[in-house]
Amino acid sequence: MELFTPEFGLVFWMFVAFAILFFVLWKWGWPAIMKSIDDRADLIDKGVEYAQSAKEQLDNARQEAAKYIDEARKQQAEILREADRMKTEIIEEARTAASKEAQKVMDAAKVSIEQERKEARQLFRDEVSSFALDIATKVVRGQMADRKAQTKLVDSLLDEMETNN
Amino acid sequence: MKRTILLIALLLAVLLPAPLSLTADEAEVRAEAQAEEAESRSEEKKINPKEIIFEHLGDGYGWEVPFNHHVRIPLPVIVRDYQGDWHCFSSSRISHGDSYTVTDSDGVEMTFRLGGHDSKWHNKIVGMRPETVDGQTVMAEYRPLDLSITKNVCAIFIACLLVMWMVLDVAAWYRKKGYTAPRRTTGAIEALIQFIYYGVIKPTLGEKSRKFGPYLLTVFFFILVANLLGLMVIFPGGANITGNIAVTLVLSLITFLIVNIFGTKHYWKEVFWPDVPLWLKFPLPIMPVIELFGVFTKPAALTVRLFANMMGGHIIVIVLTLLIFILGALGAAAAGGTLVVSLIFSVFMLLIDVLVSFIQAYVFTMLSTVFIGLAQEEGHHSKNDAADARPQPAQVAAKADRATR
Repeated sequence: MELFTPEFGLVFWMFVAFAILFFVLWKWGWPAIMKSIDDRADLIDKGVEYAQSAKEQLDNARQEAAKYIDEARKQQAEILREADRMKTEIIEEARTAASKEAQKVMDAAKVSIEQERKEARQLFRDEVSSFALDIATKVVRGQMADRKAQTKLVDSLLDEMETNN
Repeated sequence: MKRTILLIALLLAVLLPAPLSLTADEAEVRAEAQAEEAESRSEEKKINPKEIIFEHLGDGYGWEVPFNHHVRIPLPVIVRDYQGDWHCFSSSRISHGDSYTVTDSDGVEMTFRLGGHDSKWHNKIVGMRPETVDGQTVMAEYRPLDLSITKNVCAIFIACLLVMWMVLDVAAWYRKKGYTAPRRTTGAIEALIQFIYYGVIKPTLGEKSRKFGPYLLTVFFFILVANLLGLMVIFPGGANITGNIAVTLVLSLITFLIVNIFGTKHYWKEVFWPDVPLWLKFPLPIMPVIELFGVFTKPAALTVRLFANMMGGHIIVIVLTLLIFILGALGAAAAGGTLVVSLIFSVFMLLIDVLVSFIQAYVFTMLSTVFIGLAQEEGHHSKNDAADARPQPAQVAAKADRATR
């Protein structure tokens, strides 16, 4: 059968043509293409990886930020509470200090009042005693006008001294 | 712009030879045409399907042009006569039963013509030489060494040029534009390259794809383009290249050579001393014989698979078309009926052949890859390498998928 017997001329030319085709493509075609598509595939893979890691990092950063915000909020609350506490403390302290001071002032006032009173009393007493002495002097002068009365008084005073000793 | 020029050049190539050969010996051709027309009118009644089928499937000197049975695009005929001299002349000189006579350097006249119906070499170039039969010297036909640029050879050149253009186009794109993805035609070709490179070559050959990739990709594109060109009816197509056993033989022979030249020690050990019970290889080498047989049947199967598939497709379409003329002899109604049915089936078959063109190119490449891959195995660890390489495209796809989401 003619169809099943390879013709030599065709085999020859097929071989030559295919060899030339292969050589040209092997030299100028395929290596450049294969390198490019391999490199591009790598690039895309790397890009995908990079994007994924970037997304992960972004997620992480977001979480971190949320954490920081939470912490900051907590700290804020803490600080506010602390401030509140300090405020009350200060007020309390001031109050106690004020009351102490007031007490002190009052005490001092009391002492001085007492002093004044004592002084006043002393003064009053001196006054009274001088008045009394004056009055007594005047009374005694009146009563002791006569001699008899004077002697009687001296006697009684002497008696008194005797009994005391 | 370039493409337009290419198209115009192609058109001119189709159309120019016709007027040229007409002016050459117009009157003669016309007279002949009239005679043949009359002849063909009487021939219309008795169509010879076998001859038509073989003429369409086989090779030829000169290339038919559509709507004209007498004018052919002339192609160079290159033959070496029995005395060792080379002759080159146009195929138009031996068309229509003419013979071409040339005087040799020794002064001997050499005559060449196409073998006739009764010849041993029908429609092939034959020469005449004196032979001694029963003590008498007679002129007998002989077949000279024939390196003519026939229709098929020319089609092979066209296919090679097309493949070259396709691949160098993509390569030029990458050289110019770096990693940018190609667009339009270049993109389509690049998609095919990726399909074969990442779908077939890389998963099987792994890190050796750079070494064998160029051959496998070249084979794929050559077969694909040749197959598709074969399905076209007019000039740049119409030649049944991959349906010719010489072409598929060369292709599988190259695969065979690559498999066995680059085969590893492990591959040859598997052939001559395979991992089977001892009694299967000694003293009677049953398995080695089978394995050695397999070394040769693999490329043989490659040859026949592609050849038979493509030839079968062509035969079916031609037979369906011939059916119109065969049944047309029965009358107008039968002719009309078969015309419609045959046309529908022909179109259907041609569409299937487009699919088959691609599948056969793919299968040839895949099997070549597998055969080369089998001969590249080095013990057991390389098997694991292959298994590691396999899920790569899937991983890439999954990654891309995740990224798009």
